[in-house]
Amino acid sequence: MKYIDEYREPALVERLLRQIHREMDMIARPVGIMEVCGTHTMAISRCALRDLLPGPLRLISGPGCPVCVTSVEDVDRALAFAGIGNVMFITFGDMLRVPGTERVTLQRLRADGCDVRIISSPRACLSLAERNPGKNIIFMGIGFETTAPAVASLILTASARGLQNLSVFSVHKVIPPAMKMLLDDPVLCLDGFLCPGHVSIVIGGAAYGFIPGAGAAAVIAGFEPVDVLEGIMMILRQIRTGERKVEIQYARAVREEGNPRAREIMYSVFEPCDASWRGLGVIEASGLALSDKFRTFDARRRFPLPEIRSKEEPGCACGSILKGVMTPGECPLFEVRCTPEDPLGPCMVSSEGTCAASYTYRRGR
Amino acid sequence: MCIGFPGKIVSIDDNIAVIDISGTQREACLDLLPDEVTIGDYVLCHAGYAIQKIDEELAKEKLDFLKELIEHEIY
Repeated sequence: MKYIDEYREPALVERLLRQIHREMDMIARPVGIMEVCGTHTMAISRCALRDLLPGPLRLISGPGCPVCVTSVEDVDRALAFAGIGNVMFITFGDMLRVPGTERVTLQRLRADGCDVRIISSPRACLSLAERNPGKNIIFMGIGFETTAPAVASLILTASARGLQNLSVFSVHKVIPPAMKMLLDDPVLCLDGFLCPGHVSIVIGGAAYGFIPGAGAAAVIAGFEPVDVLEGIMMILRQIRTGERKVEIQYARAVREEGNPRAREIMYSVFEPCDASWRGLGVIEASGLALSDKFRTFDARRRFPLPEIRSKEEPGCACGSILKGVMTPGECPLFEVRCTPEDPLGPCMVSSEGTCAASYTYRRGR
Repeated sequence: MCIGFPGKIVSIDDNIAVIDISGTQREACLDLLPDEVTIGDYVLCHAGYAIQKIDEELAKEKLDFLKELIEHEIY
């Protein structure tokens, strides 16, 4: 097994689809399922699954892309950090083209001469910091529970090595508080969540107990077509039978208890804080800030920024799209003024954004 | 962003493993893993870190069960 091809087998996909249609016939009412992971959003669009599913089954893309949910205030802070003299600003590639106020981007700052670098693993910061002792290295820590332990591990290693010139601008977030908020939204009226597979590797099934508690179904699913369809089918079975629980479809990687070691490392460096989400506003205890013990690694404490007056792009519907109350096709800017080449909002920038997925695969139903 | 991929461990040097993903080799730090791993194990990797060992037995069992349900026309 290679854990990829086996989960793309057409015969399995076909029969799972048949079973989903049967379940929907028995349920005999419209059903709304939200996915809160950008990789699910991409998988669903790439495989055109919406076109194969029954009409009354609505798959709603939620706030599953960390780049997209980053508030314009935090984008502006990143731009301000990158503009400080003698700073090397490091981030994951998706952040580079996200517009801040007045459509300024990290990419533009780089073109103007600021030292902005892209990495794919936080560990790369260690060698960049060691090779550039005269520079202040600021890493933008972004991502959910999948990524935050890796950044925590970076800080622990940097601390052990006594690196003085590295700090982290943390905009990390945790996903359950946002799911809870959406679950309580009477407009969305969700029947179930397709829970994020890789976040769940870290937080485990137990973290979603509030979902069945609120009367909705919860299934943690993987990312290949067979995974996504089996996950949807398991949600529908819960809806049909009236049973509500957290089930794990992605059992080859996700355990009920999650990854306690990764969580321990994450919470040895970070502590919960209130965080501002694009489209959702401030959610209590949904962010991760560096704890006092690691304050010397906290970019916000080391380089205090002046007050920034932030403003989102007028007319941009990313906030409503992230909440699941609008689809990309319903945004007047979509494909007209906002494209992957010239994006106005973050959902079109990130390769995992709902608008980028919809644009790329032309299935913006 | 939470993209992860399964890779097979081909070598381990201290806390860094080289993993093979369908012919492409990448480095992955093992510091976040809750269990010991050895060469030949599959791990799920994200942002340069292995975040979980893949349970091969359970994966096979679940996939076989799904195929069985289909074979018996239950699905």
